[in-house]
Amino acid sequence: MNASTTDSPTRADVCVIACAEVFRGAGEVMASAFGTAPTLGARLARRTFEPDLVLTDGDAALMAGAPPLGTDPADLVLESHMPYRRVFDVVWSGRRSLIMMASQIDRYGNQNISAIGDWRRPTAQLVGVRGAPGNTVNHPTSYWVPNHSPRSFVAAVDVVSGVGYDRAAAAGAAATRFHHIDCVISNLGVFDFDTPGHAMRVRSIHPGVTIDDIVAATGFDLVIPDVIEETRHPTDEEMAVIAELDPKGTRRREVPA
Amino acid sequence: MADKRATLDELVGELRSGMTVGIGGWGSRRKPMAAVRAILRSDVENLTVVSYGGPDVGLLCAAGKVARVVFGFVTLDSIPTDPHFRAARQAGSIEATEVDEGMFYLGLLAASQRIPFLPTRAGLGSDVLRVNPELRTVRSPYDDGEELVAMPALRLDAAIVHVNRADPAGSGQILGPDPFFDELFLGAADRRLVTTEAVVSTDELVGGGPLQTRCISRLLTDVVAETPHGAHFTACVPDYGRDEAFQKAYATSAGDPEAWAAFASRYLEVDEDGYQAAVSEGAP
Repeated sequence: MNASTTDSPTRADVCVIACAEVFRGAGEVMASAFGTAPTLGARLARRTFEPDLVLTDGDAALMAGAPPLGTDPADLVLESHMPYRRVFDVVWSGRRSLIMMASQIDRYGNQNISAIGDWRRPTAQLVGVRGAPGNTVNHPTSYWVPNHSPRSFVAAVDVVSGVGYDRAAAAGAAATRFHHIDCVISNLGVFDFDTPGHAMRVRSIHPGVTIDDIVAATGFDLVIPDVIEETRHPTDEEMAVIAELDPKGTRRREVPA
Repeated sequence: MADKRATLDELVGELRSGMTVGIGGWGSRRKPMAAVRAILRSDVENLTVVSYGGPDVGLLCAAGKVARVVFGFVTLDSIPTDPHFRAARQAGSIEATEVDEGMFYLGLLAASQRIPFLPTRAGLGSDVLRVNPELRTVRSPYDDGEELVAMPALRLDAAIVHVNRADPAGSGQILGPDPFFDELFLGAADRRLVTTEAVVSTDELVGGGPLQTRCISRLLTDVVAETPHGAHFTACVPDYGRDEAFQKAYATSAGDPEAWAAFASRYLEVDEDGYQAAVSEGAP
């Protein structure tokens, strides 16, 4: 039962840490996270270095604290009512930090969750752009891609849902004013856009991954720094918190060792 | 005081082919599914469906009732996409107007306020503007001079929403945690159609929950029809949750013509009483 507290950190744990780091310094904002590692990352940040972070219950409320995954909804403490209509007030005010998922992500941080192929008659209809266009021009946004491959990291996405740096710049000052794509976290590494032309750069690679693995899994040329850092490992304290938040080890199904 | 009660068939009888119809709820939550099933049985077709889409969109696509869908997403929540909507898009058999879900909200709000558009940052830089070339931007007349998306009013010929309780005069009560955008769908529509789990007296409405649950005023409703279990198989909390087993059967059968024919024969080619009887017989 306590295996997860005594195990050494797996790559899934490192992904949780990378997601938690997205929220460092965010302060009292609404943290929204999609996927297992981002959900755990937000809760880890809330429990450790970012105590003012505000988490959602995944339905229509903000919840107190940062409960473990799978907590019975009846046991959640709902501190505020946050129906969808009110969510837009938060999004458009900028008081939010978000990790979304991406079916495709490209060199300048454009994201696609709408459709694969020609939008008029797609080869694969996905869920739709959802709130990605509005999110990305209103508050900091990062992405979680648990299946890094040339199919997910593409030279140019088929339908720009979340807006990347090149497209925001082309759209003008109203689009760039609050636009910030912080980073892309995959099962292989962490990537950002801290380059002169905002092209995607390797920020760090996860333990057990080589830069050749990343280059082979990416459908465009990444900016590769001279010295490549390894993604930060969890501390013992953080490992204990992660184990408490995810006692069943769900994160290791999302990112196998 | 006007008595707005009608039968389900009378309510759906308000619709005509070619109309733009808004459908309330969100994803696979509190959808007016009894009304959707009644549309499937009707001869209405060629609809423009405006929806925070769920299986309402999927069923109408499967039945060939849809000319165009206006959407930000179509999802079954616990299943990421609706298979019938996906198939219709991939076959190119429907037109699509895809917008950011916040733009969608502003379109309904503009329509309900009788103004032509509302400005927003949402959509700037995205392919929403590429795939909807009719969308325009607008420059702020103030010193900031910002150029924003002008989301046009989403005016509706009719809207259908499903609420937990309503009284005969058409005041509606939503007992679940999220009223979604139902009030705006009704505000944006010429004919405002409400289905409900139960029509009760105003006194019972008052006793059924706090004031803020009575969020659909009779100013916004023309017709009320009682459709018990009428949001099934979508969630209608606290009356009932989503029927996940049924939804899975819906989604799975969509992939196989023979299985879909069997599903349709058992659940869709019957009237609402027949549907509810078939559902109560157990898992599909």
